[in-house]
Amino acid sequence: MPINVISAGIATTIQDLGRPGYYHLGIPMGGAMDRLALRAANLLVGNDEGAAGLESVFVGPELEITEDAMVAVCGAELPPKVDGEPRETWTAFQVRAGQVLSFDFLQSGARAYIAISGGINTPPMLGSRSTYAIGALGGVNGRAVQPGDTLPLGNGADARKEGLSVPQKLRRGPGNAAELRVLPGLYWHRITEAAQQNFFADTWKVANEADRMGYRFQGGRTLEFVEREQPFSAGADPSNITDACYPYGSVQVPSGTEPIVLHRDAVSGGGYFMLGTVISADMDLIGQLQPHTPTQFVRVDMDSALTARHDRTATMNAIREALS
Amino acid sequence: MANHEVKSPIPGTFYRKPAPDQPPYKEVGDQVVKGDTLGLVEVMKTFHEVRADADGTLAAFPIEDAEPVMAGQTIAELD
Repeated sequence: MPINVISAGIATTIQDLGRPGYYHLGIPMGGAMDRLALRAANLLVGNDEGAAGLESVFVGPELEITEDAMVAVCGAELPPKVDGEPRETWTAFQVRAGQVLSFDFLQSGARAYIAISGGINTPPMLGSRSTYAIGALGGVNGRAVQPGDTLPLGNGADARKEGLSVPQKLRRGPGNAAELRVLPGLYWHRITEAAQQNFFADTWKVANEADRMGYRFQGGRTLEFVEREQPFSAGADPSNITDACYPYGSVQVPSGTEPIVLHRDAVSGGGYFMLGTVISADMDLIGQLQPHTPTQFVRVDMDSALTARHDRTATMNAIREALS
Repeated sequence: MANHEVKSPIPGTFYRKPAPDQPPYKEVGDQVVKGDTLGLVEVMKTFHEVRADADGTLAAFPIEDAEPVMAGQTIAELD
């Protein structure tokens, strides 16, 4: 029961919830950048939440579905079409054998998650089907989806009714401007008090260099560093540190100019100071930011970060309940 | 009123030239054939060509070179 890939947009990859447990070896967790959207799409079509689906960036693929299947598209507003007829996002719809799933222009957000009943059944590697192209792991022979590929589907999806839909108030997407909450970290003291204030006061914009590894931001004032003699093995630039581990969501600012937030395909360590970490509750949102989106970093403490995580879990639980 | 609007399928930065030191792909008044490249959109460290999806005469570029573009935004008008 395969899917035939006619076109693949600009970057369509197979993603599930990733392969945690190997980051200490340099292999990132990977998986859907917007985890809530992938989970919701899977639930809509009767799959396990962690089944593999497709993550399409900005442009949707064109797929021939060769057997009857239920499909759902969540995350970015990338309007799906079946044989040219429009369908709703965040809603389960039936596709009959031989029909073609395609997409209209992106309306908002950046990444659409396409779940198909049964889930994509490529061979898991290190416990996951997620594509980590740099390491040639998962996906289709370690790479993104390409035209001419045949994607196998599993079976075992629960029956779902066409039209099953995630209630509006539980859908999560980006606004015209974004707020990312940041918890200052171990190297916060490396920048001056003025720089600490400027970082949160300035409006940044998502740069074109924004992908699964990290999101770069531009447009704020250059951060000034507190003078010091560089410690042993640290590089000469004041933004350099003795090599350290990079957490997911950590914000490094090479030379103090353009903050980079590491995402699901992060590198696991290196020699740039990190001023803090974007909280886990806001990581999905980053995956939905288009280039040039105005972005404000908002300082939070650990208590608010944990409350935000709790709220995020509650939203996901409400989606599970609404779709059960 | 233009007869046809060519839209960018992706968000990013729009360029009218293949490279900074080269002339623009097309100028206003040029004849355009379906499939002609009208510009580039840079996103995620790569450049994507935007091609005409109809024949016509180039009436206007409603967007400046090196300006941000949204998905679905018109980058060229054809008569």
